[in-house]
Amino acid sequence: MATDFIGRWSTPVPNLVERGAVWKFAEAIGDPNPVYRDEVVAEQSRFGRMIAPPTFSRTFDYGTIEGFELQGEGLIHGEQVFHFERPIYVHEEVFCSTRVADTYTRDGGSGKMTFYLFEQKGQSTSGELIFTAKVNVIQRVGGAS
Amino acid sequence: MKRQIDAGMQLPDLVKGPVTQIDLVKYSGASGDFNPIHTVESFAKEVGLGGVIAHGMLTMAYVGQLLTDFAGNDADLIDFGVRFRAMVRPGDTITCKGIVTKVEPLERGLLAVIQVNAQTQSGDVAVKGNATLRFDQ
Repeated sequence: MATDFIGRWSTPVPNLVERGAVWKFAEAIGDPNPVYRDEVVAEQSRFGRMIAPPTFSRTFDYGTIEGFELQGEGLIHGEQVFHFERPIYVHEEVFCSTRVADTYTRDGGSGKMTFYLFEQKGQSTSGELIFTAKVNVIQRVGGAS
Repeated sequence: MKRQIDAGMQLPDLVKGPVTQIDLVKYSGASGDFNPIHTVESFAKEVGLGGVIAHGMLTMAYVGQLLTDFAGNDADLIDFGVRFRAMVRPGDTITCKGIVTKVEPLERGLLAVIQVNAQTQSGDVAVKGNATLRFDQ
């Protein structure tokens, strides 16, 4: 298995945080918090402006890692960890990138399982770090579940 | 605004759902995660799941609301991590729970470490994890 891609960051991709996208996301998770929707209320809040819910960053495009492609099927999301330097602001542009920090294969009860640990980060247009994330994904290889 | 936060303090439970198939379609659209195991019943059965399952990130978002509701206008969410465990299916009601396990004073304010989980009506733990809120004082 070629593992040359480990550690290599993708080229950062700009993601515009659209007001409508944040609104729809807040609706989809059933969170009525006005800081995600109401400009006037949000301006009076500690954030001073509209923000996105904490898990919104999963919707961003993190770019592609050269030499690496993960098949969509048979993937299990094992773990998700966020660290926030500050909230994500509505209308801002976030530059997102990802890398495979580690990968390994284990024999499980129903066939081989490959584990991937992704690291992700989001930065502002001025290069300020907004958040980091760690994502653990498990792929079943060969064994139908 | 000063709020008293102590270890052992429980967050008010947040009850979400029952989760509907429409909720999963809405979350797929809003998140861009169009994996058919969340929306296409026949596909989910074909791959052995017995029917569609909710996105793990949807349940995590519910727990996120538990935390941001508790933080209100007094705190920032600094860390938030979960492991995904039991599957959530349409019809399930999800109860999000949190308890403050540690309080650490800062020069101005405090850090509160919170253990969180989300359970279905049958007590299956769908997600379990930890979070840190930084309160102003």
